[in-house]
Amino acid sequence: MEIPVDWYLALSAILFLLGVIGVLFRRNVIIILMSIELMLNAVNISLVALSQATGDVSGQILVFFVMSVAAAEAAVGLAIVIAIFRNKLSVDVNDFNLFKH
Amino acid sequence: MTPQFLFFCLAIVAITAALGMLIARSPVSSALWLILNLFCVAGLYLTMNAQFLAVVQVLVYAGAIMVLFLFVIMLLNVAALPSVRDIDWRLGVGFVLGVALLAQLSYAIASSTDLMPAEVSLESTVATGSVEVVAKELFTRFAMPLEMIGVLLLAATIGAVLLARRVSPK
Amino acid sequence: MNIDSLVLLAIALPLMGAAFNGLVGLFAPGYRSNKTLIGTLGTLCVAIPFAIGVLLFIQFDHDAHITRAFTWMSAGDFTADFGYRVDQLSLLMMLIVTGVGALIHIYSIGYMRDDPGFWKFFAYLNLFIFAMLNLVLGDNLLVLFLGWEGVGLCSYLLIGFWFTDLKNSEAANKAFIVNRIGDFAFLLAMFILFKDLGSLDFDVILAGGASLAPATINWVVFLLFIGATGKSAQIPLFVWLPDAMAGPTPVSALIHAATMVTSGLYLLARMSSLVLLAPGVMTFIAIIGALTAIMAATIAITQNDIKRVLAYSTVSQLGFMFMAAGVGAFFVAIFHVMTHAFFKGCLFLGSGSVIHGMHEVEHQLEEEGHEVHLDPQDMRTMGGLRKYMPATSITYLISTLAIAGFPLMSGFFSKDEILFKAFEYGYSGNGYAWFVWVVGIITALLTAFYMMRSYVLTFRGKERWPNADRIHPHESPASMTGPLWALAVLAIVGGFLGLPGVIAHGDLNWIHHWLGAPYGGPVAEAVVAEHEASFIVVEWILLILGGVIALVGLGYAWRVYNRDGIEFDQKLAIDFRGLYTTWANKYYWDEGYDKAVVKPVLGLARRVMDPFDRYIVDGLVNGLGSMVRAFSSLFKYLQTGVVQNYAVAILFGVVLLLGLIIFG
Repeated sequence: MEIPVDWYLALSAILFLLGVIGVLFRRNVIIILMSIELMLNAVNISLVALSQATGDVSGQILVFFVMSVAAAEAAVGLAIVIAIFRNKLSVDVNDFNLFKH
Repeated sequence: MTPQFLFFCLAIVAITAALGMLIARSPVSSALWLILNLFCVAGLYLTMNAQFLAVVQVLVYAGAIMVLFLFVIMLLNVAALPSVRDIDWRLGVGFVLGVALLAQLSYAIASSTDLMPAEVSLESTVATGSVEVVAKELFTRFAMPLEMIGVLLLAATIGAVLLARRVSPK
Repeated sequence: MNIDSLVLLAIALPLMGAAFNGLVGLFAPGYRSNKTLIGTLGTLCVAIPFAIGVLLFIQFDHDAHITRAFTWMSAGDFTADFGYRVDQLSLLMMLIVTGVGALIHIYSIGYMRDDPGFWKFFAYLNLFIFAMLNLVLGDNLLVLFLGWEGVGLCSYLLIGFWFTDLKNSEAANKAFIVNRIGDFAFLLAMFILFKDLGSLDFDVILAGGASLAPATINWVVFLLFIGATGKSAQIPLFVWLPDAMAGPTPVSALIHAATMVTSGLYLLARMSSLVLLAPGVMTFIAIIGALTAIMAATIAITQNDIKRVLAYSTVSQLGFMFMAAGVGAFFVAIFHVMTHAFFKGCLFLGSGSVIHGMHEVEHQLEEEGHEVHLDPQDMRTMGGLRKYMPATSITYLISTLAIAGFPLMSGFFSKDEILFKAFEYGYSGNGYAWFVWVVGIITALLTAFYMMRSYVLTFRGKERWPNADRIHPHESPASMTGPLWALAVLAIVGGFLGLPGVIAHGDLNWIHHWLGAPYGGPVAEAVVAEHEASFIVVEWILLILGGVIALVGLGYAWRVYNRDGIEFDQKLAIDFRGLYTTWANKYYWDEGYDKAVVKPVLGLARRVMDPFDRYIVDGLVNGLGSMVRAFSSLFKYLQTGVVQNYAVAILFGVVLLLGLIIFG
């Protein structure tokens, strides 16, 4: 009747990898931000799973904090996207190359 | 419907939704796929008896963050970028690295079972995920970090307002 | 309050005063005009430590009290604490430093009132007191050295206080650089001590000193003495002190007469048990002291700048103190440090008062439209000032009598004690002490002569500045004459702290009693005990001899300079011809150093170091620059500006680290 912890961890790994792929290959900067949210979620899954498996609630507290930080990050990140869009009229990450040598 | 079956269903939908987010051309559909994925994750939290987090997940992620995303997407109103791109070195390297990462994670998961209880039992974890337990921890041991998070969110709010503000030409 | 916090408060107050006046003055220009507040604050930050010193002095119970503020540094076996030591010697020095210091602060309020750098001056003075307290109260050589360097820095800052005049900056540089030579020797001595004893705490050094090899002790004492010659202006490093008179006069009084220049003596006294183990070096110290004393005294006769006379007099008196240290009579040296602080402080402040007055004359002349360049420090343009500045004149005369050794004044007792100790030491079989004694007698005679000369030329006779019938100076304000009176009184009575044995019923005199037997030198004590009866007669004879010599020197100068005025200098020049020229040219020390050290170093710099700097140092720097540029032209292509390339790099790092964790 029980679900092995490993399954959760494996799911977490897969979702994390999908997030990584999104960050690496998508060009739309908004989708890149969403991929980051996906990665954070993947990590949250494993945190909750391990927290429940060991009966230690602090893992879930950490997830709560991760969510808060994610919210802050999304707000600031999207604000930056808006600011950049005003200047460049683009959300293509390849157009954001001010750091080019 | 056994818990295992429920897990599989949720897992498959979650992965599908993630893939959908990756593949979709329009940012709006990407965002919708991601919302589905987030709901699945909330369901997964429920299978682990973490009710508090499940609710927060829906409220914060699906309710707040993704709405913000959609709002911005629609505000900017950009046409979908052409998804086809030149196959450059990054595709290859990224693919290899991704596979390596997955392999490492799988290996780690497979080889470290002795570290922890092998299973999440619904019966044994009733207590730890409840709102009461989490709240007690949050307002006693983690009261200070909680306050800090409040400050962080305030700072992020101010920062976002400042960054997104239209600079009046002077 | 317990002793610890009292000591720390006494040390912290001057620092706080310096920081407050300095920083507020620096950042809030409006504060600078608030001179009464600045001056009061600066004075309080020295007067309160003096009060604390008195309190500690009353409470003192004959055991050294050590206060540890905090650990300064700790490396391997070596630790150095910010420890402060309150014992007989440091208490006495603390009282001298803060007492005379407080008086000179009060004096400065009047003297510096019209100076735009008033706030800065008080900040520096307080900083100096802070450094000096570290020097005398430090419980290990390192804290002492910190204070030692600190007073050197303050001396530099204050000599060059009017730095817009290039001459003053050069004098400041000279003082600093010459002192560095001595400091270097001091450092070497510390290295040796640390290597052999593993600690720089006074307790360890003084207790473990006897276990050192004789050669090591000789080297340490020798190097410490070289350090002392720098700070205390002895041959061969004395040349900076006369030039240091470029600073404001209160500085000359505080730093270059009363306190800082005596720190070399303090160092030797602090290390006295170690010094006594090196008789060879003691001989050297005594002879150097004697030579310095007579050399500076002869130069002083020929000087016309009132402050330079006093400067050479200071060098000469410091020579006296080293003579005392060289015959093992450290308590006498400290006694003379104290009396010298009183009368020489008073003399310098008096000269400052005179300069203040002569400035007034200069201003009046300028207002009348005269094209005269009156040097306010030149005694040749003074004369007759006693009519206009009675308080300055009387206090200056008192101090002149004191330094000359007029019977029953402070200098009489301290100088006589030095000569007596030299005599005693010679009698107990140390031949060199006879030489020291004879030189000391001659120097005492010269001292009486040149000091009376400076008094007569300044305060008596006819006024020699232009238009003297209409224009004349006025007495300085009370804030300046007050400290003069206080120091003059001390210059009279200060000597009674060290009444010679014959007057004080054969007992140890008070200073000796207070400091304890080790500061007296063991040999001499034994001899005295053996020949007690005959020595009482000898001591009386020597006392009378000292008095007679002082009277002869004073009386002769009084007579000839009152009769001939400055013209007598010409007579001297004719009578002594070559000798007088040598004196007037200060034995050509500066010229010698210029030829032997300064010119070769500059030449070396020009011929060798300039090409070295241009081609090798600059070449190295430029080469590094172009190398970096060459590399960057290669690696800059890594910086594509494409965010996702950076993400790939991050992922690569993550995979590497994970691999290390899992498989490592």
